[in-house]
Amino acid sequence: MSEKRFTKEHEWVELDGNTAVIGITDHAQEQLGDVVFVELPALSAVVEKDKQMAVVESVKAASEVYAPLSGTVIELNAALSASPELVNSAPEGEGWFVKITPSNPDEFASLMTKEEYDTFVKESH
Amino acid sequence: MVEALRRTPLYDFHIEKGAKIVPFAGFEMPLQYAGAGIIAEHKHTREEASLFDVSHMGIVKIEGKDAAKGLETITPGDFMSLPVGKQKYSYFTNQDGGIVDDIMVANYGDFFIAVVNAGSRDADLAMMQEKLAPYAKVTEMADYALLALQGPKAREVLKTFAPDTEDMAFMDVKETEIMGEQALVSCSGYTGEDGFEIALPAVKAEDFAAALLDNPVVKPAGLGARDTLRLEAGLPLHGNDIDANTTPVEAGLAWAISQRRRKEGGFPGEEVILAQIANGTDLKLVGICVESRVPVRSHAVIKDENGDEEIGMVTSGSFGATLNAPVALGYIDPAFAADGVQVKVVVHGNLLGAKIVKLPFVPHNYVRK
Repeated sequence: MSEKRFTKEHEWVELDGNTAVIGITDHAQEQLGDVVFVELPALSAVVEKDKQMAVVESVKAASEVYAPLSGTVIELNAALSASPELVNSAPEGEGWFVKITPSNPDEFASLMTKEEYDTFVKESH
Repeated sequence: MVEALRRTPLYDFHIEKGAKIVPFAGFEMPLQYAGAGIIAEHKHTREEASLFDVSHMGIVKIEGKDAAKGLETITPGDFMSLPVGKQKYSYFTNQDGGIVDDIMVANYGDFFIAVVNAGSRDADLAMMQEKLAPYAKVTEMADYALLALQGPKAREVLKTFAPDTEDMAFMDVKETEIMGEQALVSCSGYTGEDGFEIALPAVKAEDFAAALLDNPVVKPAGLGARDTLRLEAGLPLHGNDIDANTTPVEAGLAWAISQRRRKEGGFPGEEVILAQIANGTDLKLVGICVESRVPVRSHAVIKDENGDEEIGMVTSGSFGATLNAPVALGYIDPAFAADGVQVKVVVHGNLLGAKIVKLPFVPHNYVRK
């Protein structure tokens, strides 16, 4: 049974056992506009919570994506290199960025639930 | 204290169409519209026709029999030879030969019209009123809106409103009537496509915009698509690619200075500009294509092929939806400025392979006669 949490930087992370899938939220893709390139970390790279993990290039600008959890990258979404627009069309589905093995699963509890995130987005706009 | 942003006569129209509004050059402008996005709006413009609100630009009327003569004292343009019904590209220059603003100047017979950029609209108007005072009366047509209808189908759409625009060629201008109001139409734009810029009374702008969108081939497009379209067309943007510190010769715009003006001079910065035409420049504006999908942005450093020596800088860059690749403009050492020269561009700390290309990136589709 997986659970999904969100960050104030508009990343989402879905934890399923020992694997966490990470991407950016629908709100984030809407703010960015058309995504044309995603720079992902290297496979096996160690990412640190709240530190830059990837870069999303939209037509307008480059934006940093931060790791919602610390861990080791175990899989990259290869589809993004040919179809970066998946980040726009399915940000919380086929447009995921990476899968990691979290090194400190306790970090997950500090993240926002869906309800908390939705309220956060509403209040910050 | 931040000065309040201005709105164009089409502001409510943009909101109604779900535009994402951004501040641009002191105006609240649509970046893109709901249900589309920059790439979709860009492609629609290349394939059908798009409506852009360009009312943030200033429309300046210059009246008086010495209008052309006066304009030649503040620009290197050749306006004494500009026939009635024609428009020319030019620029205001400073004493150092820098480009204070780039402009379109049209001869309507009884008057000239200069369309100036939003960012320098007020300064341009004040300068023109001062410098042209001995020659002509200068007023801003502040109660007019300016709409651009751009794309291969723009012509068939506009003729349903003004049949006499059907035969206009690139850079033709005409005073006509649209929906019962006086309209000033020029066959030009900033996308590289066939199209028109239409000035008409602000009170009629919303009706006209709505009537244009009643035609299924026309969709609204925002500043985002306007920027990527002009980049692919190799058209410099004032404030990014050209400014008071760059000269027309560096920017590859000396074609807008006629042989007569070169010979006679008499414009601000003539010493610098004429010397550069004769002897060359230290920098040259070029097109840059990178060998990846990473868009290169302004201020990115350009290096030689080995990544050793810094040879230039990007002044604007984005993603060209028609080329399906990043496109950029920048200034480099003229020794590297030939078509096909391999260079490197620094993006996020990485050296990316790139090459210099001849402008435009996408061929212009102007209708010429």
